[in-house]
This record gives sequence, structure tokens and C-alpha cells, in this order.
Amino acid sequence: MISRRRILQGLSFTAASAALGFVPVGRNAWAAAGDPALGPTRRKLVVVFLRGAVDGLSVVAPYGEKEYAAYRPTIGLAAPGQDGGLLDLDGHFGLHPALAPLLPYWQGNKLAFVHASGSPDPTRSHFDAQDYMESGTPGRKGTTDGWMNRLLGTLPGRAAPTRGLSIGAVLPRIYAGPVPVASMAAGQGATRPTALDQPQVASAFAKLYDGGDLTSRTFRESQDARRELLASLDGGPMDKEQAAANNGAPLPNGFPDDAARLARLMRNDPNVQLAFVALGGWDTHAGQGAARGQLANRLGPLGQGLDVLAQRLGPMLDDTVIVVLSEFGRTARENGNRGTDHGHGNAMWVLGGPVAGGKVHGRWPGIDESGLHEARDLAITTDFRDVIATIAERHLALPDDQLARLFPGRTPGETPRVLRA
Amino acid sequence: MRPAAWLAASSALVAALAMTPSRAPAVGVADDRADPLVAHVLNRLAFGPKPGDVDRVRRIGVDAYIDEQLHPERIALPADLSARLASLDVQRLPAGTLVDGYRAAQQANREAQRNQALTAEGKRIESAPLDAAVDARRDQYRRLNLQTTEARLVQAIDSPRQLQEVMTEFWFNHFNVFIGKDLDRALVSNYERDAIRPNALGHFRDLLGATAKHPAMLFYLDNWLSTGVDALVNRNAKQALGLNENYAREVMELHTLGVENEGKPGGYTQQDVTELARMLTGWTFDARATGRGGPLAGVESQDLFIFAPRRHDNGTKTWLGRTIPASGVQEGEYALDVLATHPATARHISDELAQYFVADTPPPALVARLAARFLATDGDIREVLRTLFASPEFRDPATMNAKFKTPYQYVVSAARASGIAIVNTQPLAGALAQLGMPLYGCQTPDGYKNTQDAWLNPDGMTRRINFATALANGRLGVDREPPPPMVAANAIPSANPSSALPVVTVAASAAVQPVALLDTLGPTISDRTRGVVLGSEPRLAAALVLGSPDFMHR
Repeated sequence: MISRRRILQGLSFTAASAALGFVPVGRNAWAAAGDPALGPTRRKLVVVFLRGAVDGLSVVAPYGEKEYAAYRPTIGLAAPGQDGGLLDLDGHFGLHPALAPLLPYWQGNKLAFVHASGSPDPTRSHFDAQDYMESGTPGRKGTTDGWMNRLLGTLPGRAAPTRGLSIGAVLPRIYAGPVPVASMAAGQGATRPTALDQPQVASAFAKLYDGGDLTSRTFRESQDARRELLASLDGGPMDKEQAAANNGAPLPNGFPDDAARLARLMRNDPNVQLAFVALGGWDTHAGQGAARGQLANRLGPLGQGLDVLAQRLGPMLDDTVIVVLSEFGRTARENGNRGTDHGHGNAMWVLGGPVAGGKVHGRWPGIDESGLHEARDLAITTDFRDVIATIAERHLALPDDQLARLFPGRTPGETPRVLRA
Repeated sequence: MRPAAWLAASSALVAALAMTPSRAPAVGVADDRADPLVAHVLNRLAFGPKPGDVDRVRRIGVDAYIDEQLHPERIALPADLSARLASLDVQRLPAGTLVDGYRAAQQANREAQRNQALTAEGKRIESAPLDAAVDARRDQYRRLNLQTTEARLVQAIDSPRQLQEVMTEFWFNHFNVFIGKDLDRALVSNYERDAIRPNALGHFRDLLGATAKHPAMLFYLDNWLSTGVDALVNRNAKQALGLNENYAREVMELHTLGVENEGKPGGYTQQDVTELARMLTGWTFDARATGRGGPLAGVESQDLFIFAPRRHDNGTKTWLGRTIPASGVQEGEYALDVLATHPATARHISDELAQYFVADTPPPALVARLAARFLATDGDIREVLRTLFASPEFRDPATMNAKFKTPYQYVVSAARASGIAIVNTQPLAGALAQLGMPLYGCQTPDGYKNTQDAWLNPDGMTRRINFATALANGRLGVDREPPPPMVAANAIPSANPSSALPVVTVAASAAVQPVALLDTLGPTISDRTRGVVLGSEPRLAAALVLGSPDFMHR
């Protein structure tokens, strides 16, 4: 914390204060203004996007429906209690056994699902559907920005270089827009030193970019964000307790490792309010597997990573909502290749302290012939935008007049109460 | 003022500064002994100067250079470039062979999956056939990706026909196809080779027709599946095949008339989209591919296009105010004729060209003159460009070095300026992916933008500078063959698929010499930047040049 204050005082505000002719009064100028850890930005949202259409009917399987086993002779999961069977959630739905690390959150009422949810647009094209889910305007291709950027621009509280964080090399569509977003490379690349991290290099380039033009200002913003990220990743009082919890064992590569880094970052840098990460590999058209196999192999690290994130957020989990979503679901029946094809409805996962957990929300349409969408897919009874809008409004305190701008063109529909009162 | 208020005020000021649009200053023009146009034409008609280019253009004169570039057919390709292209399957082989090979690998993979699944109960047979098929398919994907990106990058960097390369990129974005969509992975390089590059400076109608009929586009925008509701093939069919409006919409919205004309008088409506889709039913390609040496092997892209009468909607159509009687494949040809010569198309294309070559906000008077030229020359792209390059707007000093480079323009111009003989293009392709502009990776049909709004962001700046530093210090590995890649069979999903690119750690080869670099770039680097560069540590000098605000613009 101390290092971050010093950095921010040294850099971000120098230009502004010089322009205004003001001088920061005393070492506590920052604290006097209001610690971001106490303001509206203390409420966090983490979005995990599963690209490729994860099979929601395997994540939260409706084993209580007689069609379930009939539709999925080889990829269906066994009922709870059997070998490799589902983990019972509520007597009707079961959780995929590979997601066992998440069961305690369900039991502790911190994990909920909104089943039969998604985007109303009928496209079954991955890239169109992802585009719609990220732009937040299903059916409209002309939207230039993404809804998480719109959130960044309209949420109450102070802007900061790291307020919006993206994990991964390429800034995703969901963050496209005018508000700058900080990004952190996935994997070991996140903290790998780059040329610009060397002070002599940074100061040499700073001389080139010291103007008031937009390019120069953008360069300086990038330096601020990078320094904040590195400072936050490099340590704080939180790290000692985490090291103890971990017993020094490294996490497997991939999502669990990134989740640990994200948690550390969020705890050390209270400016981080929105975070996004995308995981791929869910498009199981052939050989999907059941309790073991292709899908299970991917669900494992995902569940583990979410567990790591939740645990290492510590008390911050009380103010955090983690949402997992995917562009559409998959066919109710397995296909001729022991897999599933592109479908429609899916389950959204909602995890965190403020969540009304221990419940599968939404109106369940059933998977019998009459309940299916186009006689093949899980139908949608909850628009994903309604879930996000609820979280934005009631958890992130997005003002009413901004709510309409979050998802232009949306007519609010049935919204399950995924958050505790 | 109390500290809290000071902080609030300064934050507001910072926020206000960030939100005020600012015109980037023309930072490049400095060497006043030279005609600033020399640098300008190299930055706009080419991907920036290579060593010796500035001197050459000064010698022959700007107008001679422009004329030379407008006629790529008169410029010989270096033998080593031609040889390099000929060594790439995706450039050498006909489209049919590429489709055939691609489908064969997919088929083998599916069969292996099925065989594996069949024995899932109880005993497990050797998984070798499955692993081999999966590896073979993954191998093929990788080879297709590597060759496709190599073909584009070596031409962009090394071809003396620079304007043709610039226009190839321009038109590819305009008629965008996404490499990630199944069959398109095998076809994008051929699409560029056969439909785009040869027509890049030709007549717009030819370009439009070539893209409309290439299997890459037919597949990407789904027209290959589009079938009339009452078409012959649907008589007595259990599962009716439907009309697909995707291409019909995009050909009007993006390729010709422009979305700004949707719903406007003189424009098009949703009804027109549907009617055009009906006219284009039956426009498909021969999708048979039954394995190695199957019927598609050896078939060139133009011959893959087929008109399938059984899919065609034979009703009368009312489109753009015209009544079109049933006339088979001619309906679509007629539609393309109308679209290619439509005044809205002339304006839309001219607007895009003016944005690409002059300014993010294209000067309206120039757009109008270009549109008139377009119509007067029957869509002759060369002539429209000739008018553009002669225009006072193009030659206005205020526009020089004022456009922010896209990642593609930045990476390619850095490679050219460095003078390094590029053996391995993968680090450059990797840099493009990192910068958010993966080659052929635009998922949506509108293609990549070329404006400052789209590309100037804090993260991009950092990545560009780090790239420039690695290139300048000889640590990028572009001058040697890559080590053989490792294939992880059961990789745990990482947060971003592009992070699977192998990290190439090579010993530093010869770094870029700063003095030579400054000489190459000539007047594109301002005196001010030169001053900073030459006043800093020598080992940083080349990186500072390539990472300078001057070099970020063109």
C-alpha cells in the first residue's frame, strides 16, 4: 500500500498539480481524499468467459429429468451416490464431479446458478454469439464498445489506471471502448520483466513522450498502470498469510495460477474493481466424456481456479461477485460422435459473498420435447443481461439513469434474485 | 484549497484531458532540405521506408514513384521472394487441394475419435491411432497458420510492389474473412492470392465478383448453404434447408453500399437484404472432399464455385426498386453489377480510401471527388488512387505523419526499417496477436479498423515499445529458423489461446544500428526525437527510434 501511494503521488498527479499550481499537502493527501478501499469501488466484479460454448447441462445436470439419461447414453453423468456420479445440489440438479472444489461454496450459500439463461439471439455461430454477449447488444453488430467498458465509464467512484483489468494478451471485445483498461499477461508472462520495466529504459522513453498530446498521455497512462500492477503483485502484507496457506506448493499452470495472481493483485490494489479472463477449449463436438474425459479435464482447473480465487480474496470475497458465462449452451441430446453440438440456453454461475447461493435460479423450462428450444436445445428463460444488470445495479451501485445505457435496446425481463437482499 | 478538494479537482482535470479529443501533432517532418512528400509517400503508399528507399524516391521524384507503384505489373519481384512464396503450400497449391487435405485430416481425426469412443466401456484399446490423428490435425493447423502468415508478411515486408501490398491489406479488411472459421483456415491465403491481390488495383467489379465467388467468402458468410424456401431441393425434404441472409446483408452493408445507407432513401432496406439473399441462392462451391487425391484435388478456386440450380429460389424478386425475373445465376451477377456501379458504393469506397490514406476523418470534398472519379472510370481503383495521391488533401503538410499506425502497419514498417533479413516471421505474427490484430484474425466481417480510436491505448503503447526494443536489440529471433515447436498433448487450458505461442529465447544477433536506422527513416524522424535519441545511451538508441512517437505515426 505504501509503495503504491508513493508511486501515485510521484507520477500521476505531478502533471495535474503542476498545471493547477497546487501542491499536495502532507504525506496524507491521499488518505484525506478517501481511500478507494472504503468507497463504492470496494464492490468487485470478476467475469470469467468460457469461449466455445461449455455444456451447461453437464455442469449443472438435471438428473431428476427422465430424459436426461435417455438423451445422453454415453456422456450423461450418473446420479448422485453412484461411482463418478454427480454431486447433488438440490435433489433435481447435480454438479459435475470435476467441480468438487466448488461444492463447499454451494453448501455455504455463496454459489448459485441461473440455469436456462443466455442471449436471446438465435445464432449458433461462436463468434457472432460471443460478439453479442460481449457487446451486450444481441442481434446488433454495429455496437463498437463492450459492456464492461461502458460499466467502467458509468460506475460511481474514481477512475484509475487499473480499475478495469483484463488477463490475457489481447484486449477482449467486452472491454472495447474509450475507457483505458489495464491488462496483465496470463501465466508466467504476467510478471516477466519487460524492457520498459528497466528504469533507464523507462526514463529514456519518457523523454520522448513528455508532451501534452494524446500519444504522450497514453504512454504515461500505460506506465502508471504497469507500475501499479507490478507493485501490487510484488507483495504486501497479504502475501505472508497466503504463502502459509499454500505450504509453498506451486499451482498448476493455467487458470489456477492466474487466479492466484488475480487475487493477490485485487487485494494489494484496491483500485482494481472489474476483472475479466477468458478460457477456451469447451467446444466438445466429439468425445465429450462424462465424469472423466475432455470436458472433465477442462472443468477441473476451472473449479480449482475459482476456489483459489475465492479463498485468496479472503474477506474481500464478501464484496465480490464472480460470474461465469458462455456464449450459448449445447444440444440436449448427444450427437453421433459422443459429443454435443451448438445449442442455446446455458447456466450462468454466480459466486461470492453477496450471492443468494445454494439455489438454482431462473424458471426451469425442462428438457422434454415441449420444453426444448427448436426441439433440440435447452431454452432460455432468463436473459443474461438481466442478471448482469441486477449485479450492476444492486452490487456495484450503478445509478438508474446509467442502467439503461449498460445494455442499449434491452427490455428488462424476468430477473431472478441472485443477490442477497 | 483543502487536500481533498485539490485531489478531486486534479482528478477532474486529468479526466477532462483524457476525454478531450486531440489531433496528433505532425511530429515527423523535420529535414527541411528534403521534400517532405518523399517521406509521406513512403509512409502511405508503402509500409514505410526500407534502407535506401528515401534516397531512391528523392532521386526519381515523388510523382515517378507514385506512377511506378500504381503499376505493380511493371515491377519485377525479386527471385528470392518468388522462390520463398513458391515453397509455401498455401501459395503453391490450388484451393481444391487445400480443401481436400484439410477435410481429410478432419475426417481422420473424427474417425479416430469414434473408434476410441466405441471402446470406452471396460477395456481401452491403444490410444495411438487417436493421438496420431489428433497430432496430425493439430500439425496441419499449425502448418496452415505458419504458412498463411508467412506468405502475407514476407510480401508486405519485401515486395517492391508496396502499394499493391498496402491495397491487399486494405481490401482484405474490406472483404474480411476469418481464419478461425473451420475451412477458412485452409482457404484465406488462397483467397488473398486469387481474389484479392490480383484485383487490388483493378476494377472494383472484378474484385467484388472474385470475392463473392471464392469458397472462402461463400463459407465464411454461409452463402454456400443458402437455399430457397421453395427450391427444388426442398420439395419433399424432411428437413428443409433455409435461406441464409448473412452474405446478402454484408455485401450491401459492408462491401458496397455501406451501413450508413440502410433505411435511407437511395439506400437499402431489410427487405432488400432478403430479396438479394433469394437472388444469391445457389451460389455455392463444390464441397465434396473425400480424402487425399479426391475429386477436388487440383481444382483452382475459380472452378470451385458452382451455381446449384436445385438450391435456387426461382421466384420473381423485387430488389432496390427493381423487378428481377427468374434467371438463375445471372440474378446474382446482375446484383453485383448494380452494386458495383451504385453511387452509394462509390461514396462508401471513396470514404474508406480517404480515411486510410489521408485522415481518420476523411475530408468530405476529397471523398466527393473520388466518388465522381470512381463512377466516371467504372470503378477503376488505380484511377481513383491516382486522383487521391495527386490531391491537395493528400499532400497537405498537416496530414503528414498524423495518422496513428495500426499494429500491422507498425510491425511491418519496423521490420522494413530495421533492414534485418527476415527468416522467421513468427515473432512478427506473435507481436500482431499480442497487439490485438492477429493476421486474418478479425472475427467479424467488418475487418480491422485503421483509426487512432481503434488502436491508441495504454496497453498497446507498452507492447509496441517492448516489441521495438526486442527487435532493435536483435532479440526477436526473426533472422534465424525457429526451433522445432513442442506439442503438448494435454495442455491445461490457459487464459488466452494466443499465449500458447512458443517463447523463443535466442542469443542476441546483430542489433539494429541506430545511425543506419536514422538514415533509412530520414525526415520521418523529427529533429527533436533525434536529439533525445542521440543524447541517450547508445544501446537504447535504435529502440528509441522504433519506439518513438514519430515512428508510431505515418
